[in-house]
Amino acid sequence: MTIAVRHTWFMVGRQLRNLMREPIWIALLLVQPMVWLLLYGQLFKRVTNLPGGGFGTSSYITFLAPAIVIMNSFFGATWSGMAMISDLDRDVLPRFLATPVSRISLVVSQIVRSALIAVVQGVIILVVSLALGVRVHTGLFGWVVILAAAALMNSAFAGLSQGIALLVRKEATMIAIANFIGLPLFFLSSTLISIRQVPHWMQIAAKFNPVNWGVIAARQVVLRGTEWGSVGLHLALLFGLSVATAAFATWTFRAYQRTI
Amino acid sequence: MDGIVVEGLRKRYGAVQALDGVGFRVHAGELFGLLGPNGAGKSTTVKVLATLTTPDAGRAEVAGHDVVAEANAVRRAIGYVPQSSGVDRDATGRENLMLQGRIQDVGGRALEARVGELLDLLGLTDAAERVVRGYSGGMKRRLDVALGLVHRPQVLFLDEPTTGLDPEARASMWEELERLAEGEALTILLTTHYMEEADQLADRLAIVSLGRVVVEGTPEELKRSLRGEAVEVELSDGRAADAEGVVAALEDVLEASSEGRKLRSRVASGARAIPSILSALEARGIGVEAVTSHRPSLDDVYLHYTGREFAAEDEAGAREDDSAAER
Repeated sequence: MTIAVRHTWFMVGRQLRNLMREPIWIALLLVQPMVWLLLYGQLFKRVTNLPGGGFGTSSYITFLAPAIVIMNSFFGATWSGMAMISDLDRDVLPRFLATPVSRISLVVSQIVRSALIAVVQGVIILVVSLALGVRVHTGLFGWVVILAAAALMNSAFAGLSQGIALLVRKEATMIAIANFIGLPLFFLSSTLISIRQVPHWMQIAAKFNPVNWGVIAARQVVLRGTEWGSVGLHLALLFGLSVATAAFATWTFRAYQRTI
Repeated sequence: MDGIVVEGLRKRYGAVQALDGVGFRVHAGELFGLLGPNGAGKSTTVKVLATLTTPDAGRAEVAGHDVVAEANAVRRAIGYVPQSSGVDRDATGRENLMLQGRIQDVGGRALEARVGELLDLLGLTDAAERVVRGYSGGMKRRLDVALGLVHRPQVLFLDEPTTGLDPEARASMWEELERLAEGEALTILLTTHYMEEADQLADRLAIVSLGRVVVEGTPEELKRSLRGEAVEVELSDGRAADAEGVVAALEDVLEASSEGRKLRSRVASGARAIPSILSALEARGIGVEAVTSHRPSLDDVYLHYTGREFAAEDEAGAREDDSAAER
């Protein structure tokens, strides 16, 4: 176990070093969430006045900001398998596999790297939100909860993305699948609008949508009337899903090894 | 003691029987060549020995450890330089080496010193802090070799270390490998499809064809096992089969074979046989374009033991590899 942790640390270090060599990427990846936050947030500013309500605040940007942290983390996760495909294409994995390196660390390090980036981006989005007047009702602990939700959301889907990458092993297929999973789950959540405003069938679907679990947990700590039980439940659900998808990714890694 | 023992390895990928009973022994400290055309089973053999894949049948030991039952002990004892470079191109040369050392449980000062030593040994010190993406093909390959050596392995696998390098880079790689073989107490298994490479570098070698070892020995032994000289006649028309019959019947000729417009024969003495070959062909009205004779090369050894010409088989193997890759 300790070896697996140590090797995961080495592998995460490798990926972060490469990323830090071109830190511009972290900034570029933030363009999309900023567009949602700054432009979409302004465009639909008055949406909180809709009859039926359910927003829990009159400030749309306050409603939106925590969900954008989750959205960013979710989309980042769906793409995280691309790094695995790049390693596969360049035969980096066979070189590692001829060493005593912990097999599990090769998969888990990809998930940890992806989640760490999501947390860093989450902090940036929250700081920008703060400047825009968004106040997290539960204070600093609320920030921690939002970032924890972002990390769990990311791990859950990064595990899935790694598993898919190891199964399809082709960039083009990976892109198609990421889009196929990403957009529907995004729109079937309460990221952009109060769940009370959407058709009934979508309300039901959202209950089973992990993206919505993350949005609920993150938004609860921002708005007044936080229900901690619900926050805990949804974080636990995300944690369970993370464990399951990490297991799936490990299983696909064994399948990949058999093809060598 | 034996560095590597391979007995009756078999491995099947779908419809392709990649290994069909490969077996050989490599003594400790020796540089052993596995020579054969593309698709002969060299890389698959190395993958089994490097614990990347398990054989369907047979067994193998590396540095005294069974490759299946004691895979982790084997992994600690070996360095593996794959056919296609597995370096992280977005990291620097030094970072690549440091990571490789850490996962092999070398750390701290010892690792830093070893990395510096290897960068020096392989002439990469000036490029150490540069990202590998900018390395030349030869530099990348030398880094691959360094990665295999970080933890001072007992056995080093080099899977086609010079394929794809230009002649100059190949020559310099040969020099590096010769120095390595002398300097470090190391057993080296090198696969290659270059006859000259096996001839120049290997203490002993095995010729592999269709997943099997056809012959094993020192390059000298193998060449000596073919008595006499090789005579090659290029015919001006396609009557190679006729020509083969005519030449094979001559007293001075030990054996003859033909392929396309090429007639190859082995003779006791070129000086005596060439005139009689030429006059016999002329008597049958078979035109001759060119005649060459030379001491037996590994090419001739290959032809002798497999009945096939190396270059032709290599191309056929390469085509197979390509179509396999497309699948």
